[in-house]
Amino acid sequence: MTSLRRLLQAFVLLIGMVSAVVAGPYEDALPKFAADSYADTEAAIGAVAGSGHAQALNLVEALRDGRLMVGAGQVYIRDAAGQFVEAATGRSMEAPVGAKPVRVNNRVRRAVEAALGSMTLLSPDAGIRLDAARAVFRSRDAAALPTLEKAIGQESDAAVKGALESARAAVLLAKPDASSSDKLAAVETLRARGDQDALALLSSLPEGTPAGVSEAAIKAAEGIRSRLALWNAVQNVWYGISLGSVLLLAAIGLSITFGTMGVINMAHGEMVMIGAYTTFLVQEAIRTHAPGLFGVSLFIALPLAFLVAGLIGILIERTVIRFLYGRALETLLATWGISLILQQGVRTIFGPTNREVGTPAWMSGALEIGGLSLTYNRVAIVIFAFAVFATLLLVLRYTSLGLYVRAVTQNRRMAGSMGIRTNRIDALAFGLGSGVAGIAGVALSQIDNVSPNLGQGYIIDSFMVVVFGGVGNLWGTLVGAMTLGIANKLLEPYAGAVLGKIVLLVAIILFIQRRPRGLFALKGRAVEA
Amino acid sequence: MTTQSVLDRQSIIVLLLLAAAAVLVPVLNGAVAPGSPFHLSDHLVPLLGKYVCFALLALSVDLIWGFCGILSLGHGAFFALGGYAMGMYLMRQIGPRGVYADPVLPDFMVFLNWKELPWFWQGFDWFPFAALMVLVVPGILAFVFGWFAFRSRVTGVYLSIITQAMTFALMLAFFRNDMGFGGNNGLTDFKDILGFPIQAASTRVVLFVLSVAALAGGYLICRWVVNSKFGKVLVAVRDAESRTRFLGYRVEHYKLAVFTLSAMLAGVAGALYVPQVGIINPSEFAPANSIEVVIWVAVGGRGTLAGPILGALLVNAGKTWFTGVLPEFWLFALGGLFVFVTLLMPRGILGAAKDLYAQAGQRLKPRPVSEPVSQAAE
Repeated sequence: MTSLRRLLQAFVLLIGMVSAVVAGPYEDALPKFAADSYADTEAAIGAVAGSGHAQALNLVEALRDGRLMVGAGQVYIRDAAGQFVEAATGRSMEAPVGAKPVRVNNRVRRAVEAALGSMTLLSPDAGIRLDAARAVFRSRDAAALPTLEKAIGQESDAAVKGALESARAAVLLAKPDASSSDKLAAVETLRARGDQDALALLSSLPEGTPAGVSEAAIKAAEGIRSRLALWNAVQNVWYGISLGSVLLLAAIGLSITFGTMGVINMAHGEMVMIGAYTTFLVQEAIRTHAPGLFGVSLFIALPLAFLVAGLIGILIERTVIRFLYGRALETLLATWGISLILQQGVRTIFGPTNREVGTPAWMSGALEIGGLSLTYNRVAIVIFAFAVFATLLLVLRYTSLGLYVRAVTQNRRMAGSMGIRTNRIDALAFGLGSGVAGIAGVALSQIDNVSPNLGQGYIIDSFMVVVFGGVGNLWGTLVGAMTLGIANKLLEPYAGAVLGKIVLLVAIILFIQRRPRGLFALKGRAVEA
Repeated sequence: MTTQSVLDRQSIIVLLLLAAAAVLVPVLNGAVAPGSPFHLSDHLVPLLGKYVCFALLALSVDLIWGFCGILSLGHGAFFALGGYAMGMYLMRQIGPRGVYADPVLPDFMVFLNWKELPWFWQGFDWFPFAALMVLVVPGILAFVFGWFAFRSRVTGVYLSIITQAMTFALMLAFFRNDMGFGGNNGLTDFKDILGFPIQAASTRVVLFVLSVAALAGGYLICRWVVNSKFGKVLVAVRDAESRTRFLGYRVEHYKLAVFTLSAMLAGVAGALYVPQVGIINPSEFAPANSIEVVIWVAVGGRGTLAGPILGALLVNAGKTWFTGVLPEFWLFALGGLFVFVTLLMPRGILGAAKDLYAQAGQRLKPRPVSEPVSQAAE
């Protein structure tokens, strides 16, 4: 058996030699590893790195990790799991007898690093090049400099080229013998890069950096710091706008009902919740019957949520609220009761746990602008909130329903005297407000947990927005929502989320003392509003 | 305008019923043998005591809503603050018997690695100081809040909403560990009160009797307030605020005074509540709790003083029964109650009963019924 194996090995060896003769520089270089001479090894590394062979990277990495073995004049690679493969062919084989790792010294190690850098920096795959450039940026290894220069010279991809250049700048700054002009250019490159990594690098220059370079670096670091602070502030403002749009969506329907009828609809949050559950049901139906429509599920859910929530709103108005005219506080209590019933109803039907509402593919991912990262679902909600706002503004401005609603808001009795059927307008306005809450629910299902308590989380915030902005005034609601949203997010870094919110609530309580009818109060002549 | 005696017929009935409760509960719990069907088991005593505290809270809401038209959706905050003041006293009484056995610091402070007692915890180991704080802390908050709100004429739903915002802000604040009130877990694991073990049946009976006494006292104070000339002005403010102002009354002063008094009553209710349930945590500040108090008042009869007591007892007994038997349906029942009472029984049980009584009286004897008991002008 053993002799047979020997024979086979010899045969394989022969084949390998033959193929080596046929194949090229990689195979030619392999025997040099077996020569047990540092100079030969170094030469072989250069040859392997330049060969472009599929096994070349694997082999050099193995050499670096001490996994390149030599035995009986043959070269093997031991992989991480302890399996052996032939270096020449990549075929796996049994553990050779008496194999030893190829010895390395510092010169060989340097050669290995340079070879690795050049093989990855010059890889045909842009992703590998980018990773390699980032690795060099972190390691600041001067040995990679020639390869970097070569890579920069032939790079066509702008992103990779930027990474390569900042890697070169990092290397130059760390290299003691680089010229001052090179270092200044490197500082400039890093300043242009302008992120947290560049800042870290610029503020930790090695000892012995020329004075002019240090000064330039300090200035550049300051520039980066203020730039980062600016981007950070912009990012916070964006978060604020995003929160403001959510508040706007939740509050805008409330503003209509509060404005026209002077009643507080405590069940408003539950209308939002119903909109979110409508989205859930639409997605369930699509999953089982027409999976291809999933991408447009939200667009299908929007009109349905408007209808469902709007009809429930009209039902509430017709069965409860219209009997409570002129008794605003009682209406508040009755609608609170309705909100409890709706919450428990949803809990009984759908269960108390969160329901999964999916995000269509086009809404996932993020947009990077400068130092900003805008997630698509937030962008979509901001755009959507403004679209809803504009639509409502147009409806109130240019439709007859809008005219009647505005008339009733301004002076109910006078509007009635003019022949407007105020109680019909009340029902429609309540339906409109509830319907808008329903479509707000579709949007919020994308960023919040769809649970029976969904509406509860928004109700106090929505009230604050409406009361702050002024009742019956859509612009006031917009200003109120954006002010509260942005103020909240700008306070958060300093005070923390909870304390920021408390500060804001107290501020609003104090604000109402100054302007009891909100920022944009309706002008009227009534003694008591 | 005549002012009535504080001890009119309704008041005498209420006080007699409360006195009966204060006698019967200890007797049924202590003197009747445990096997007897009339025996009141030990766990029911604190439950009834809890209801009595809720009744006092409802009474305080009725004083401002029923007689001055101020619908506070944040009265739970005053209740909880009174409760926290009492809870701080009880925490200090634990002393070295806590889990970490620190002689001064409560367990949660040791857990948070605090080295010394914060300044606002000083003095709470002395009962008279804590008892004073039960009145002072809610009173000051109500005074400051009301001073701002009433002076700038914040009324109606606006006032309701900012009271709600106030209790919500306090809830968020008390949930924070840094506030120094035990954060999420609140204050609990009490050992004794004034030297008596807090879990003992006898202590609980005494606490129950004290709660009933506080309720009776609160009722008398409220009755005295609403029967006085001050109370007449309050009703005038409720029914026509501008007109009252034009007649020369400083409406905001009346409102501020009654609001502060009401907050202090709520604080007392909270202080009696905490030793009986054995815990106080930030969820007592939840806006939903405060709104629930309003429905107790509405169910019993707004503006009657006796009605809120009845409403609080009935609704809470119903809650206990429902959550035991049909937990799913409690919110349906509560929500339905809100709608039903506001739509069909705006004057509550007591108002409806009075209407029936008046009708029956008219049928039996043609002459008008005697002096109406209710102070509530419709």
